[in-house]
Amino acid sequence: MLGRTGSVGLLCRFSSTSPPPEISRLHYPASSGSRKEVRQLSPAQVNQKLKANEYSHTIPRGSASHGVLGFHSNMLPSNQPGEDRRSSATFLPGHGGLMFGVFDGHAGPFCAHAVSQRLFYYMAVAMLPLRTLSELERAVEEERPVPPLLEWHKHPQDHSDTDGGEASAYSLRNYWQERLEEEEEEEEEDDSRVSSALVSAFRRLDYDLSVEAQVYLSRRTDLHGEAVSQSSPLRVVLSGCTACVAYISGGTIRLANLGDSRAVLGVQDANGRWSALSLTNDHNAQNPDELQRILGEHPPSEQRTVIRHERLLGQLLPFRAFGDVRFKWSVEMLNRVYETRHDILSALGEALRTPPPHYLTPPYLSAQPEVTWHRITPADKFLVLATDGLWEVMHRQMVIQLVAQQLTGLQQQRPIIPGTGMTLGGLQHLLLERKGRALSELEDQNAATHLLRHALGDDGYGAVAPNRLAKMLSLPTDLARRYRDDITITVIYLNEPNM
Amino acid sequence: MALSPVLLPRLLPPQTGYRLAGRGLWTSPHLFTVSGDSQLLPLPGQARVVICGGGIVGTSVAYHLAKLGWTDIVLLEQGRLGAGTTRLCAGIVSVAKPISIECKMANYSNTLYEQLEGETGVKTGYVKTGSLCLAQNQDRFISLKRLASRLNIYDCFFVMPEYRKLNLHIFMHFLLSLYFILFLALSHLPSLFLPCSYSGVQILERTTVQQVLVEKGHVMAVETDRGSIECEYFVNCAGQWAYELGQASEMKVSVPLHGCEHFYLLTKPLQEAVPPSTPVVIDMDGRIYARQWHGGFLSGGFEKNPKPIFTEGRNQLEIQNMQEDWDHFEPMLTSLLRRMPSLESAEIHQLVNCPESFTPDMRCLMGETPGVSGYYVLAGMNSSGLAFAGGAGKYLAEWMTYGYPTANVWPLDVKRFGNLQSSRTFLRHRVMEVMPLLYELKVPRWDFQTGRQLRTSPLYDRLDTQGARWMEKHGFERPKYFVPPGKDLLSLDQSKTFYKPDWFDIVGAEVKCCKEAVCVIDMSSFTKFELTSTGDQALELLQHLCANDLDVPVGHIIHTGMLNERGGYENDCSVVRLSKNSFFIVSPTDQQVHCWSWIKKHMPSDPHLHLEDVSWKYTALNLIGPRAMDVLAELSYVSMTPDHFPSMFCKEMSVGYANGIRVMSMTHTGEPGFMLYIPIEYALHVYNEVMSVGQKYGIRNAGYYALRSLRIEKFFAFWGQDLDAFTTPLECGREFRVKFDKDTDFLGREALLQQRQDGVTRRFVMLVLEDHDTELDLWPWWGEPIYRNGQLAGTTTSSAYSYTLERHVCLGFVSPPPGPEGLPTPITPDFINRGDYEVDIAGQRYPAKAKLYPFSSLFTQQKRRKDDLELSNLQGK
Repeated sequence: MLGRTGSVGLLCRFSSTSPPPEISRLHYPASSGSRKEVRQLSPAQVNQKLKANEYSHTIPRGSASHGVLGFHSNMLPSNQPGEDRRSSATFLPGHGGLMFGVFDGHAGPFCAHAVSQRLFYYMAVAMLPLRTLSELERAVEEERPVPPLLEWHKHPQDHSDTDGGEASAYSLRNYWQERLEEEEEEEEEDDSRVSSALVSAFRRLDYDLSVEAQVYLSRRTDLHGEAVSQSSPLRVVLSGCTACVAYISGGTIRLANLGDSRAVLGVQDANGRWSALSLTNDHNAQNPDELQRILGEHPPSEQRTVIRHERLLGQLLPFRAFGDVRFKWSVEMLNRVYETRHDILSALGEALRTPPPHYLTPPYLSAQPEVTWHRITPADKFLVLATDGLWEVMHRQMVIQLVAQQLTGLQQQRPIIPGTGMTLGGLQHLLLERKGRALSELEDQNAATHLLRHALGDDGYGAVAPNRLAKMLSLPTDLARRYRDDITITVIYLNEPNM
Repeated sequence: MALSPVLLPRLLPPQTGYRLAGRGLWTSPHLFTVSGDSQLLPLPGQARVVICGGGIVGTSVAYHLAKLGWTDIVLLEQGRLGAGTTRLCAGIVSVAKPISIECKMANYSNTLYEQLEGETGVKTGYVKTGSLCLAQNQDRFISLKRLASRLNIYDCFFVMPEYRKLNLHIFMHFLLSLYFILFLALSHLPSLFLPCSYSGVQILERTTVQQVLVEKGHVMAVETDRGSIECEYFVNCAGQWAYELGQASEMKVSVPLHGCEHFYLLTKPLQEAVPPSTPVVIDMDGRIYARQWHGGFLSGGFEKNPKPIFTEGRNQLEIQNMQEDWDHFEPMLTSLLRRMPSLESAEIHQLVNCPESFTPDMRCLMGETPGVSGYYVLAGMNSSGLAFAGGAGKYLAEWMTYGYPTANVWPLDVKRFGNLQSSRTFLRHRVMEVMPLLYELKVPRWDFQTGRQLRTSPLYDRLDTQGARWMEKHGFERPKYFVPPGKDLLSLDQSKTFYKPDWFDIVGAEVKCCKEAVCVIDMSSFTKFELTSTGDQALELLQHLCANDLDVPVGHIIHTGMLNERGGYENDCSVVRLSKNSFFIVSPTDQQVHCWSWIKKHMPSDPHLHLEDVSWKYTALNLIGPRAMDVLAELSYVSMTPDHFPSMFCKEMSVGYANGIRVMSMTHTGEPGFMLYIPIEYALHVYNEVMSVGQKYGIRNAGYYALRSLRIEKFFAFWGQDLDAFTTPLECGREFRVKFDKDTDFLGREALLQQRQDGVTRRFVMLVLEDHDTELDLWPWWGEPIYRNGQLAGTTTSSAYSYTLERHVCLGFVSPPPGPEGLPTPITPDFINRGDYEVDIAGQRYPAKAKLYPFSSLFTQQKRRKDDLELSNLQGK
């Protein structure tokens, strides 16, 4: 199987030591013997667990759908709590559009959480024409209700606390005020403008996160003993996250990618065959361009220390990310954190309590997204956005194939041809059984769940082994992270498949 | 060369029982080619009629044409006779059909098939079995009772006992009617027709029609793979392929139908053989039917998720894949075994996959196509091909012979559809709804859900956001009523009932507003034509076509029928004389194709006479109510009082900023008010102005349900519902709209004069239900039997609740029982006035007061033009 050669150590985003010895990922977790007994989940519990974060939404047909029929999404945490986040929303003003994103957090969910809540607003502000922004500004100034920018499509469980909302609203307003001051209205919205808006939104959010943390640091140094809020700006930037965001508008998909989540398009040719088209590049050591970029940004003396064990400074897997100020701030700034905020540090993992080794010429990490675009054709049927938890266990071709099968109902077994002498009762029994089996596959009306089931329960032959699936889901928290990463999947439907 | 009787037996399939075509229909075509029969008959160079399609439908047409004396008929079949859908049909003839013309066809087929066995000696296996219709819930039971009452089945009874073999556990009632017939030797059927008619019919198998050649709008020749045949008439009975064949004609002909796969199961004979007389079991809630078959059972159904097929035309891939799909059949199998558990031990013989063709409204397609004269169609049987073929063949043969069939076939007329129903996507989506609908419970005023929002008024979005609920007619969305803000929308949309509907109060409020203030109804769906000429050709044509006098001053609106030679309504319309030589003709929505072809057919080919369909150019707003004149007066600075703007007048004037609005003082309801015909680009402006000025007069939106209540309580008949090609103005009290006093000749005049002399034998009446509890009793719909002094006297055609009378009003036709020699008896006023009338709703009879004239108290006093005030006078006729 492709993508299955990685080691357990690689599954962890952060590593302060060299990777542990390799364990074959196909090796089943031990569930008997001297280890403590792990109760295996029942099929019903398996389904419950798989579907807990399932969400789907159908976009009403019309110009506001931008050609998107709807989307399926699901996420399965392996960390406790899960560090992945996802967002989907309709961008309302002007021509509008649809926004989807998956965010893979590391060193805690805080950064991913903040980004999943705030990034789309930054994108909205970056893309809005200046006259709309000035109307917005006027409304805020006059304390009139502000017309909504986004309509969120959220699972009830998707976190949406408003903690820290005030600071973020302030930062956002600052952003548009700056745009109003500095920019001149451009005539027409064109491709390059949208692309640069996306880049600007990413960078600005990362900048604001960083500034908010610095402000927080300077103000509250005296307040010892204060409970450290989950969304405390400092915790947000001490953790980090990747982002893969699709913005669909006017028949074009624009992707802004940061890190190693991926967007892959399912394309069906005239003969009904399916193929996978990657729309993003990974920002990690497997990407030679990224290696070159990183090495080019630091003096030759650091050639051997910048990237070690395929990690940034031997620690961080993705080469681009939000947050992670431990790879961005100056040494002085970091030292100030380490010296003054023991309260926060104590809540952090061991690895985070010191600056990374060989920390000489920061910043090492950037939040500059790579923006790509694709004009939707009738052959493009769906787009899969997923965090690396999926891609490291499943090849993109397989992912596309599974969604396509689910979409076209091909997962039905070969047609049944009853033998002679079969009775109606016997046949009915057989049919109901087949239906039951098909249902357990089809049970996943949601394509993201369907992918999850296969990603975890794959028997190596393209089918799901219920036993393996149950074992993977029954892993105790401490073990789970060694066999699977958080997985977040959003499948966006663009066209009906040809049957 | 006529087919000689000696050749005939060779064309007949072997007579030893039912031979099956292997797996599915198409996978083993070799079964159809009989060795040694490779000699094809030579193709004739010309013929009078060419029929394409050798299934039961095509052969029935040939048979009936021959019976009516036609000779020189060629029937072409691409494969073998009766090898298509016919061969694999389930062989059930049911006469319990939803509409009367279908019942007539099925009844005729039934009698015909029974006779034919005697006439020809071909064994058909014809058995009269009766049927058991099961109801699993109260609503289904009501619908069965309505059916029984409508079909006037006296020998039906409802039982509620345990019936072991049928494991009925939910709710059970049996409707036993002796009206179903089985055919065992189905494959013999097409050939059944032939021996009687071979003198005039030549049958050519393995001959494929490629296209139909048309010259000057008339069929010229048929091109086949073996050469072409010149002909006068062409009949498209190509079943599944009728759509494609229509498109292949030189001038494309629209035959809106689409195929769906249909499955049924055959078992081997049961241990204890099922007797042939076993009734057909129909469990519509379980979506299945079952009949006896060779000592075992045949059972099929109409599933919720049908598999449409051949969307892109004949497709080899699909033909090959068209196998038995047991997984697909499972719900029906489960349903069957739940109903008859003893079948569990029955052995399977086969699952048959037999594609059937379906149409957008569940009715078949019949008649001459609008664009090409001499091109006839009979197809789209919606899986009742066997039941309809006999009767439909007869009516089509009559149509070709006399120019019209002997019964009202409008519900089946191919001209009820136009090009707008020809989209493949539309058809695919619609038939996926139609096929399950065959067994779905149909409550009053149900609507199709698929293929919607095709034609809309420019105000659609505005009305929709104000709570409009929509129904569809001829592809056009029309508002039913407006849900006031704050109402529970969901429950309202989902309510299905035979009783008082949820919208009762909503429509009541709209009606009240029409009576007391003013309402706006968007009526843009109407068919609108303009007829213009340089000289008086337009007037001459209309004087010939219309029963009423059109030689009126400019600005007058004339309500008139367009009659056929027999005096029956081909159309009922309002005609406005816009200027000396131009007329604006407003007809019912579904007349768009029919009326166009009717006028075109009678129009001389004169370059100075021009007919244009302007339906799409105008948005029509109906301002109903006493304050309508105040609204318009304020928007136009013109006095709109009856003194200045009498009823039935039309003026072009400005409304708001928009100029050139055709304002007509008529509302189609008998209420005061105005119809505005607005060029579409002004529609939103005029609507907004009317709504904002109307605020102070209490204006509100209203829909067609309010309109319907208002017009029915005033005894207004609508074409297509109450009036048809077999109804004359004399029969519906509209003699005052016929120009007898003028010397102008018009279509139908002779027939009407004759009828005036002989007296009418049926009469349109208004029945006001008494002793009917609106809250608790079943509501009338249409098609309910009318009894006079306990005797069946007629049927209702429409009904509505009158909020003013606080009673239900049914409209319908009654006629006296035939005289001693079976001749129809002329009707007398006494027959109406001195009789105890009852309307039968699902077996329960409600006393009703029969009336020949509307309640004059319902008409608000208006200054009307004198001639319009006269109502017909039946006395002395």
